[in-house]
Amino acid sequence: MPVYNTLLFLHVLSAFALMVTVVVFSAFALGAVRNARVLLVSNVLWGIGGLGTLVFGIWLAIYLKAYHVWDGWIITAIVLWVVANAFGGGAQAGFAEGADEAKASKAALMHWLRSLTVIALLVVMIYKPGA
Amino acid sequence: MLIALVRPDAWNFPLLLHVLGAMLLVGSVVLAGLALIVSWRDGNAAMVRLGYRALLLGAVPSWILMRVGAEWIASKEGLENSNASWIGIGFSTADSSALFIIIATVLAGFAMRRAGRGEGSTGFRRVSAVLVALLVVAYAVTIWAMTTKPS
Repeated sequence: MPVYNTLLFLHVLSAFALMVTVVVFSAFALGAVRNARVLLVSNVLWGIGGLGTLVFGIWLAIYLKAYHVWDGWIITAIVLWVVANAFGGGAQAGFAEGADEAKASKAALMHWLRSLTVIALLVVMIYKPGA
Repeated sequence: MLIALVRPDAWNFPLLLHVLGAMLLVGSVVLAGLALIVSWRDGNAAMVRLGYRALLLGAVPSWILMRVGAEWIASKEGLENSNASWIGIGFSTADSSALFIIIATVLAGFAMRRAGRGEGSTGFRRVSAVLVALLVVAYAVTIWAMTTKPS
């Protein structure tokens, strides 16, 4: 399989892993009973997906002559990725077992903000503004 | 390596709907699978309910969004009658997975009712979990086909 196809597949698969976490946390934010094992798998997928989207995304930008890592839409995507991870940290801490009340009260808000940021990332990836 | 990677603007919105639907579909199916497997292992009735709702309220509407987006983007690209294998894999997986989703949802619904009545049998949730696990594998293959586009 050509390098481009492999990188693109791993990049997209990583993005799907991120969205699995968004869906799982959405269920919990909407009131589903939380389960430690489901939360653990979800958080692991967020970690794998986050690392995969960033590493394979940057690798793709370096590999393809049509794009550069300093292109505006790629910089925007990296900023959104950082923001999503910041919100994600808040959501994970708030939904964790034994979370203190202050973190727990903000967990749903942090989750929905992360979800909006991930959707914004997807929009940037598809529309590629300025490319 | 230089590839024409920028598509016409008119293709972007249908593609966004298709990809967003596919991502939500995979997320819902994975959530259902996790919940059903957890309930299979420890008999947790709340996890059966979560699995059922993930399929009914997550996977079914996401499938519709993904499928409508697929038809729309295929018509924009003039691929409705294409013989390309990646298109064939995409449409055949999408259409056959609808049947799997419906059966898994119905079985998870039966499992939820049984769990609500305190019956210990786990047959329905097991079969539903297996169907959902098969869906996850099929979707992984489809993601590969959609991204690498083998001829």
